[in-house]
Amino acid sequence: MKTPTEWYLIVSALLFTIGTVGVLVRRNALVIFMSIELQLNAVNLTLVAFSRQWGNLVGQVLAFFSMTVAAAEVVVGLAIIVALYRKRGTANVDDANLLRW
Amino acid sequence: MGLIPYVPLIPLAAAVILLLTGKLWRGRSAGWLATAAIAASFALAVALLVKLDAMPAAHRELAHHVYEWITVGTFTVGVTFQADPLSIVMALTVTGIGSLIFLYSIGYMDGDERFPRYFAYLSLFVFFMLTLVLADNFLLLYVGWEGVGLCSYLLIGFWFERASAANAAKKAFIVTRIGDAAFLIGIVLVWTHFHTLEFAAVFAGAGSTAFTTRSATVIALLFLAGAAGKSAQLPLHTWLPDAMEGPTPVSALIHAATMVTAGVYLIVRSLPIIERSPDAMTTIAILGVVTSIYAGFSAIGQDDIKRVLAYSTISQVGLMIFAAGLGDPSAAIFLLVAHAFFKALLFLSAGSVIHGLHDEQDMMRMGGLRKAMPFTAVAWIIGALAIAGVPPLSGFFAKDEAVAAAGLLGRDGLWICGLIASFLTAVYMGRATFMVFFGAPRYEGEPHEPAPVMRVPMGVLAFGTLFAGLLGVSPTTGILPTYLGAPVFPSNAPSEFVLDTIAVVLALLGLGLAWFAYGSGRIDWVALRVRFAWVKRPLQRGLYVDDAYGLVLGDGGKLAAAALAAFDRSWVDGLVGLVAHATESLASVGRRLQTGLVRTYAAAFLLGAVCVLWFLVLRAT
Repeated sequence: MKTPTEWYLIVSALLFTIGTVGVLVRRNALVIFMSIELQLNAVNLTLVAFSRQWGNLVGQVLAFFSMTVAAAEVVVGLAIIVALYRKRGTANVDDANLLRW
Repeated sequence: MGLIPYVPLIPLAAAVILLLTGKLWRGRSAGWLATAAIAASFALAVALLVKLDAMPAAHRELAHHVYEWITVGTFTVGVTFQADPLSIVMALTVTGIGSLIFLYSIGYMDGDERFPRYFAYLSLFVFFMLTLVLADNFLLLYVGWEGVGLCSYLLIGFWFERASAANAAKKAFIVTRIGDAAFLIGIVLVWTHFHTLEFAAVFAGAGSTAFTTRSATVIALLFLAGAAGKSAQLPLHTWLPDAMEGPTPVSALIHAATMVTAGVYLIVRSLPIIERSPDAMTTIAILGVVTSIYAGFSAIGQDDIKRVLAYSTISQVGLMIFAAGLGDPSAAIFLLVAHAFFKALLFLSAGSVIHGLHDEQDMMRMGGLRKAMPFTAVAWIIGALAIAGVPPLSGFFAKDEAVAAAGLLGRDGLWICGLIASFLTAVYMGRATFMVFFGAPRYEGEPHEPAPVMRVPMGVLAFGTLFAGLLGVSPTTGILPTYLGAPVFPSNAPSEFVLDTIAVVLALLGLGLAWFAYGSGRIDWVALRVRFAWVKRPLQRGLYVDDAYGLVLGDGGKLAAAALAAFDRSWVDGLVGLVAHATESLASVGRRLQTGLVRTYAAAFLLGAVCVLWFLVLRAT
């Protein structure tokens, strides 16, 4: 018997919530970054789950796209974090407030 | 027929060559090149005259279409040159007098560091002037019209190191521009009425009843404004006396013989339009004669020999416009041709006096020069007698024909005004002659006669001044009037002999008065200058027209600008500042939202996303 789609969605929702809370409560840029990846993967899981339910590959294809884009985004994001760390000696996002009024 | 375009193109070629390779022409060679070019042009013009003369009198017209210049919808303008009696007389005057002045310039400008450039500008001027007189449509005429204005600017300011020359050049350009703008509007109006700019078609249409007197008046007055700017008539005359800052041969060619007569040419050329409006004709005649009298009075007050001649030119051109306004174009053109001879002669004589006295122009520092410069004195006196209207010199026939036209047409008031102008001419010319060439010497140094290269053109011009009158001995049957189309005078007109006698008596009276005051020695005129300074000063300042412009347009303009600047600062800037302040105070509240904490933003973002989703879900169910 097939695992119901709802189970996947519950796992996905849990992952997304953990990611969201991580983004909101952590100060270290690297950890926030990992939390964002968690959110992305939660969404990917949803896509694949629905794809399986409908027997349609579009969802899986979209998941691949999203992973590719996430990889590119990691490159840019990590570069920013490294640059920030070199410049300010910290990766604490609360200290990065130069553009504030 | 292919000859016509070469008349203007040869001087253009000389100008281009000299502008591009000026430095390569050593010594006086540039001058000889330019003189050869304009002489060739003159020869071609003579050939055209012969060709025209062989044609039947009613159809004397040659045209050569060079290329189609502008084609926009139904608006087409071609570069087409035409030669008819009026054009060819103008072209002969420009190239003929021009050749002599070019020759004179070789001597006058010898040793100037910008010698080739001078001849390049002069040749360019001749090109534009010939374009002006040979054009077969209004737009091409306008090209020449603006071109001569440009060359006039360049040549007045030729010695631009002198601030006064640079300013005079700017003044000439800007003041004539006012007239040019009016002329351009006139051309546009011509197009809206006739849908063509070609002379033949426009003038054919001007006779039709569809063309109202009202339109004719408007166009005629706009053209008159253009002519007043170019020909230095009231109230746009102020640039011409200042234009004397240019080299003297330039004053002779551009500001006496040719360019300033372009306005007369325009009016004579456009007569078929102007004649439709008797009011405009009368306005033109009155403006001409008033200018003439005004300039005559002003000339009496001048001490600078070139400014005397400048006001004299304004006065004579006024008489030409007067004759044109009376409807006697042949008299206007006859005076134009004769004036080109004797005024060029007077200017060249003045130039040789100035040259001989090492750039002295003040007549108070001349006197008795006839002994040191007999040749120049004779040339000047011939010119002076001619312009005063002493028979049988050319000025007598030409000027009196213009003045007498008023009498012959029964316009007695205008005739008397013309006589006054004529009398004043004799007075100021006599005054200048006695101040410069007679009496006790007041100059310093050793004046010398000019070089042969300058004497030859003066001799030829003197010869022309003596005999040019033969071209129009009678206003109705003379050679030039017949060639251009003589006017028809009413049969009950007063006898021409009587009119001429009155004019001659007045001219002799004027010269006699000048002799009595300045030549007889019975009057201490130097003391009178001081005693009657309150008369002399207004005359010398040209009745304060320039000062009035300075007061109204100059100082008034500055005041208006200051008021506008104050308004700009307090109101315009104030309004802008108000908006800026309002934005700033709004922003000082709004910017508090930007905490600079990334996590706050993320929370806000999440909240927003949840709200949107919630809304979508609610709507779906």
